[in-house]
Amino acid sequence: MTTNTQTDTVAAATSRRNRPGPLKAVHGQWGTRQWGTTALAILFLAVMLFPVYWMINASLQPNGTTLQTSWLPLSPDFTGYATAISQQGRNLGTSLVVALGSVVFSLAVAAPAAYALAYFKVRGAGVVLFAILISQMIPGIVVANALYTAYNDLGLLNSIPGLILADSSHGIPFAILIIRAFMNNMPASVIEAAKVDGAGHLRAFWSIVLPLSRNALITAGLFTFLFTWSDFLFALTLTTTDDVRPVTLGIFQYMGAYVNDWSSVMATAVLASIPAIILLLAAQKYVAAGTTGGAVK
Amino acid sequence: MSATVQSRLHLAVTETENDGGPRRFGYRSRERVYQWLFLAPAVAYLVLFFGYPVVKNVAMSFQEYTTGTFYTGEAPWVGFANYVTVMSSSLFSTSLINTALFTAGSIAGQFILGLGLAVFFKRKFPLNGILRSLLLLPWLLPLIVSSAVWRWILDKDSGALNNFLESLGIISTGIPWLTSTSLALAAVVGVNIWIGIPFNVTVLYGGLQDIPDELYEAASLDGATGWRAFRHVTWPMLRPVVSVVLVLGVVYTLKVLDIILGLTNGGPANSTQTIATQSYALSFQNFKFGEGAAMGNILVLISLVFAVLYLRVNRRAVDE
Repeated sequence: MTTNTQTDTVAAATSRRNRPGPLKAVHGQWGTRQWGTTALAILFLAVMLFPVYWMINASLQPNGTTLQTSWLPLSPDFTGYATAISQQGRNLGTSLVVALGSVVFSLAVAAPAAYALAYFKVRGAGVVLFAILISQMIPGIVVANALYTAYNDLGLLNSIPGLILADSSHGIPFAILIIRAFMNNMPASVIEAAKVDGAGHLRAFWSIVLPLSRNALITAGLFTFLFTWSDFLFALTLTTTDDVRPVTLGIFQYMGAYVNDWSSVMATAVLASIPAIILLLAAQKYVAAGTTGGAVK
Repeated sequence: MSATVQSRLHLAVTETENDGGPRRFGYRSRERVYQWLFLAPAVAYLVLFFGYPVVKNVAMSFQEYTTGTFYTGEAPWVGFANYVTVMSSSLFSTSLINTALFTAGSIAGQFILGLGLAVFFKRKFPLNGILRSLLLLPWLLPLIVSSAVWRWILDKDSGALNNFLESLGIISTGIPWLTSTSLALAAVVGVNIWIGIPFNVTVLYGGLQDIPDELYEAASLDGATGWRAFRHVTWPMLRPVVSVVLVLGVVYTLKVLDIILGLTNGGPANSTQTIATQSYALSFQNFKFGEGAAMGNILVLISLVFAVLYLRVNRRAVDE
């Protein structure tokens, strides 16, 4: 596979970057046929996103024994949300703290590594990248199995730092790669100029490279947040009490206990989906900016 | 989620292969130490949170863990006893078959629907970009949220799917999608297909965009359009991306846990139990961490086969 294919796969995976092709139609040139295709696309999308609609619809239904959920939330009822916030509010807070902690930790570990992998011809860099590749093939349950015993000995079970460390295993490999890819595209002349000015590696990294990599850092941070926020496996295996309970685990236990009260479960699910929805809207901008943002000016 | 990471990995690894450069012995060794300091935290993390668990898991699989182990710290060595126990259990073959069916079914569905949508979105039409990005939503939602929503949709008595089918007159009584031993696995596969479609569309669409338009123009001069253009231009050009998507999909699907636990918890009557869910149940429900570790290692071995396959595919793609 060519490097070109690869970088585009990367870009495509995070941004819906439209290629500026010669065939790009000017507004107003669309014909009936194109709009027909759009209608078909909307239909596909409606089928794919129906569960998301259904989640929101069900979250707005009144609690109780109605056998059939109505297809539209004509008289929205927010009892589900009230229950969700009173019962899961604390868990949402835990998830938020763990996710933010993981973002900070992951970026602190990943950014220097990405810099090293992008700029230094370190022997063994290939080995590190290979290790990242292999790390993704290790099933989470294997990691959790071993971590449980280690955490038990270290007193890290049921602790926020314990979850932050374990959850960062979702974010760190991803962050290293996305930041490194960005730094690879940054001209080496930028660093060399800094070096000529007498800056050491640390200064070049901190005051030149990091600020220029802002978009890649934000993108990596947003995705790390989402990965950690969504984590279920470590929440399930590395916590045993109610003290530290991420919302994913809260939903899981909710499903067991309150299975008759679906509006609360769905309201919690909606609240737990907010970061994904924000990311979908926000990351686009940053990734697009990241791929075109120029370092040489 | 992990699949995202993986999709980037092959790039990273193949890109760096030529980065070695000429070796210069004795060249500013202080500089080199400095450089390694930038890498050290990441290396330490990878060793502690990926390397150590794998090694520890191998050790645990040869030890006997009981609920008491965590108080006394005693876990006697038992050789291959855990593997024997796990593999001779009647659940093992069930789990193995379910894992194979779950993986094959999910991958086939995700890939075919994903490729269809990717080809569809290659057309030029208004709102293409925004619709394609909204398609990503199922992929970004926490898996446990998706499981919860689908559990409600697939509910036998008040689920939306059964209500819909009843209103069309297709069925008269609710179908027990998740509570029937014969349907549950298919239902879980269906939900996993829904989750995996966006990833497949995204990567395959990226691959399609890399096929030069001139090739299609040349093909159409030769009279190849529509299906024939797909067969003779799109498919051969897309092959490397397809291999990557499929192998990554398999490796990712093999270890799926969240969706199954959320939808069925392995039930009813173990009909959706896979190697991964069995490993979880043995360790964290029965507290037989040794057996859970053995089961986990079997999963690692299976993944390894596909990992090797992946690396070979990747290398071939680079050679081309």
